[in-house]
Amino acid sequence: MAGPILEVRNLTRVYSTGSEKLTVLKDVSFDLEAGATCSIVGPSGSGKTTLLGLCAGLDLPTSGVVRIMGKELGGMSEDERARIRNAVVGFVFQNFQLMPTLTALENVMVPLELQGDRRAAARGRELLAQVGLSDRMGHYPAQLSGGEQQRVAIARAFVNQPKILFADEPTGNLDAETAESVVEALFNLNASFGTALVLVTHNLELAQRTQRILRLARGILIAAEEGRAARQGAAGS
Amino acid sequence: MNALLRAAGLLLRPWTWIMAWRDSRRSRRRLLLYGASIVLGVAALTAIALAGRQMEDTVREQSRSLLGADLVVSTRDSRLTEQQEAFLNSLGGEQAREVQFASMVYFLKNDGTRLVQVRALEGDFPFYGELETAPADAVAKLRSGEGALVEGHLMELYEARVGDLIKVGDITLPIAGVLTRVPGETMSFGTLAPRVYVPLKKVLGTRLLQEGSLARYKVYFKLPARVDAEEFADARRSEFRALQLRYDSAEERQRELGQALDNMMRFLNLIGFVALLLGGVGVASGVHVHMKQKLGTIAILRCLGCSVGQSFAIYFAQAMALGLMGAVAGAALGVAVQFALPSVLADFLPFPLEAAVSWSGIWRGIWIGFLICLLFAILPLLPIRRISPLAAIRTAFSREASPARDPLVWLVYAVILGGLLVFGILQSREWRHGVGYALGIAGAFFLLALVAWVVSRVARWIVSARWPFVLRQGLSNLYRPNNRTLLLMVSLGMGTFLVLTLYLVQLNLLGELLRPKDEFEGNAVLFDIQTDQREGVLAVLQSNQLPVIDDVPMISMRLHSLKGRTVEEIRNDPHNRIRGWALGREYRSTSRPALSRTEKLVAGEWHPPARNPDDPIPISAEVGIAETLHLGIGDELVFDVQGVPVPARIASLREVDWRRLSPNFFFVFPPGSLEGAPAMHMVVTRVESSEQSARLQRDVVRLFPNVSAADLTLVLQTIESVLDKVSFVVRFMALFTVGTGLLVLGGTIVSGRYQRLQESILLRTLGATRRQVLQILTAEYLLLGVLAATTGIVFALGANWALAKFVFDVKPGFYPAPLMVAVGAVAALTLVFGLFGNRSILKRPPLEVLRAEG
Repeated sequence: MAGPILEVRNLTRVYSTGSEKLTVLKDVSFDLEAGATCSIVGPSGSGKTTLLGLCAGLDLPTSGVVRIMGKELGGMSEDERARIRNAVVGFVFQNFQLMPTLTALENVMVPLELQGDRRAAARGRELLAQVGLSDRMGHYPAQLSGGEQQRVAIARAFVNQPKILFADEPTGNLDAETAESVVEALFNLNASFGTALVLVTHNLELAQRTQRILRLARGILIAAEEGRAARQGAAGS
Repeated sequence: MNALLRAAGLLLRPWTWIMAWRDSRRSRRRLLLYGASIVLGVAALTAIALAGRQMEDTVREQSRSLLGADLVVSTRDSRLTEQQEAFLNSLGGEQAREVQFASMVYFLKNDGTRLVQVRALEGDFPFYGELETAPADAVAKLRSGEGALVEGHLMELYEARVGDLIKVGDITLPIAGVLTRVPGETMSFGTLAPRVYVPLKKVLGTRLLQEGSLARYKVYFKLPARVDAEEFADARRSEFRALQLRYDSAEERQRELGQALDNMMRFLNLIGFVALLLGGVGVASGVHVHMKQKLGTIAILRCLGCSVGQSFAIYFAQAMALGLMGAVAGAALGVAVQFALPSVLADFLPFPLEAAVSWSGIWRGIWIGFLICLLFAILPLLPIRRISPLAAIRTAFSREASPARDPLVWLVYAVILGGLLVFGILQSREWRHGVGYALGIAGAFFLLALVAWVVSRVARWIVSARWPFVLRQGLSNLYRPNNRTLLLMVSLGMGTFLVLTLYLVQLNLLGELLRPKDEFEGNAVLFDIQTDQREGVLAVLQSNQLPVIDDVPMISMRLHSLKGRTVEEIRNDPHNRIRGWALGREYRSTSRPALSRTEKLVAGEWHPPARNPDDPIPISAEVGIAETLHLGIGDELVFDVQGVPVPARIASLREVDWRRLSPNFFFVFPPGSLEGAPAMHMVVTRVESSEQSARLQRDVVRLFPNVSAADLTLVLQTIESVLDKVSFVVRFMALFTVGTGLLVLGGTIVSGRYQRLQESILLRTLGATRRQVLQILTAEYLLLGVLAATTGIVFALGANWALAKFVFDVKPGFYPAPLMVAVGAVAALTLVFGLFGNRSILKRPPLEVLRAEG
């Protein structure tokens, strides 16, 4: 088997505010295998979102290394990292982050259109159908409910068949029932595409559905434990 | 920089344009409004370009009819000498003669008198084009000696009709027709000096044309078709010069006129360009607000793998589209405006101008507008390069560096300033004027921005917690994030500054002319008085109980030699630096015992006694003409006084205030030194009313028909009416700037509404009444309007002072009324626009507004 899809080594992020330096992440290391699922948990301000941003190449660490599919992000230019995101990374955000002026279908098409893929519309329709939104393709985000918006975001995240998907509090803005349907959609697609999944969440119940749970406190990785999914998988095997 | 270069390539990808179109969905109306900022500027430039092209074509097509002849030969005298006559006769071709002089015309029907420019004509002038009259056969009657042609507005003024009798000097003639157009002359020329055409043969031999009369004799030539008039005249240049004859060919006239019109259009272009620049500021501010709203979208795009260049290209494509739409709409409006320009400029053109469409003019307008729009739009687009994808997961994340640290921002500013410099230099031709224009405009923008910065700082400093809530909120809006202080200060301040400067300059020029200097200043002049008529004229003044303020003789003379060298020798000297006009002109000099009230002795001694009767006469020279002729104290010169050489020596130099109404002269001789020389006299008096002035003119003209009277009040009214016409043209162009200012203001308020929406709704939700929100908005807009107008006024006062001192050489006046009107009008407009733009926030429930706008 090839190496891990995501390698994080001694990751540290320090922000400078005037003369003061604030360390929000300190010496974090972990790996994630292809198709594996992992959640990052911790109290507010523990560095979860910072870690996600660094892993996805949205930001650069003060020190340490992030590799996606063996490619180190730190040595790349912003545009090279953008190409990596476009080719192998998917995102789901807490506040959905759909482009308000684009219809549901157009939102889903964007990652493939950036690649110049002519099948963008067909793939977009396919994905929206998979998340149960065949009849809402021409709607704008403002015309969709929160759950529908998040399902559009999930369809967009999977449209380019990413190797790894980062989800930042994907159910944070949803009620319990809607959250459940969104999580189902997320995990179903994850399973069918074989995508690795990194979840940032406060919801421990949701975290337990992943194979691995990374606990952060004050920027330090204090524990890396198996989730219920891993235990069930181990028991099953 | 690399991202920008890649973005240029990405503009060729259809997806960029598809994404730009999709992204614009909810902001198209606003983008159109931003693009509209440049519409009026482009319209102004296009209209001027089209009219300018049409003028060039007209001048080229009508070159010969602009002069009415192939060649015109003239002399500043009322008659030709025998040698001149013989020479001109030897030239051949078809000839027509005209003598132009100032004289009184007397309308017999109602006793009306008026100083006019008489043109005594003989022959078939104009050979090209027509003297347009009503009825059309009036020209034939003039040529056959049966009647006169009188300027239209003069006919209206004296309620004269065709067939009425007029008297010019000793001759009485019926009015054969109304003069409506003279080839090559503007209508405003007729306003300054009303023209009356009379047959030459009636005038010759009368007292109207005496030795020394202020007259110009012209001979018009129609040469055979194969003869090039310019070459023909140039080949005889030395003869013309020797005989003191000037010549003017149709080609020369075409060049002069083309140059004059070119200058006029360039000047209008400079005014029009300010509107475009202001529009550019509007585009920049609109795009800036647009980009602030797109920050989240760009961050998402970057998360999804969109490169820096790609995201820049999407918004650059939007800017291109809005620029193109603004420029095309502006060019279309320019074509429409061009149809109005001929009537605006009609008084200043010596030919009727017809509107015509030329594609090159339209393209030029579109290109300039498009480029300006892009240049100004690129400034707020540059920060796209620094938007981090991290902003998608952290809304508070902002890593925007200060624009001042971005070298590309400075590069764009440099390109704008460079473009402004090139435009200024190209339009004004004189590089110093061009640089002055560019730096002036850039400086005004910079200073207005500086004042805006100071205003927001001061607002932050003075706002106190003890102030009433609404005033505190209103004033705080001047410095809070997303404030409109900079934009409104620049756009409103610039508009106020430009319009008010034009108005103040006009007031200043008129004020200088109309300002009474002292109680002894005359306001009516009687001239062309022959020596034997002087006593009689003075008696008329006495009988009318009018004072004699000045009574001076005028003797015509030409220069014969300077410092021992004849004028001819000086002219033929290749190293000569004395201007030809100064050597060849006719000087009207006087003799009097003392300096007048308009003169000041600056060097030498006033009229020192001559040691010997044969010594040159000690005279006083005006400083300016002495410099022109390279003469100093003690230098000798010889005048030719109607054939008699009169040696003289410069004994003193005087400074003369030429603006004062007083008989001013270049050379003043001691009393008695010119006795025997044929002289004309000039008398200055002061009339207190137009009735008194009319009575004096009537009495003088009845007794002495050749004597002319000029009423200064009337002359000033005439100048005022011409200045009014000039300022109308300038104001017409300034309207484009004002209109652009209003469009920018509209755009600013609409974009500001989106910025203020959340805040106003929050206030409403927290229980603020409509009245309170209205008061907050009123305080903000009123303050901005008053501050912007005040800044514009201060700049206008400064510019007016500088123009008065350095360009027009007049004393700058203070006119409080227009300043107060400007403050009131700008503040009121800002308030009305501001409240109108925010009416939905005031009228509808908060949630409804959020749903509609959200």
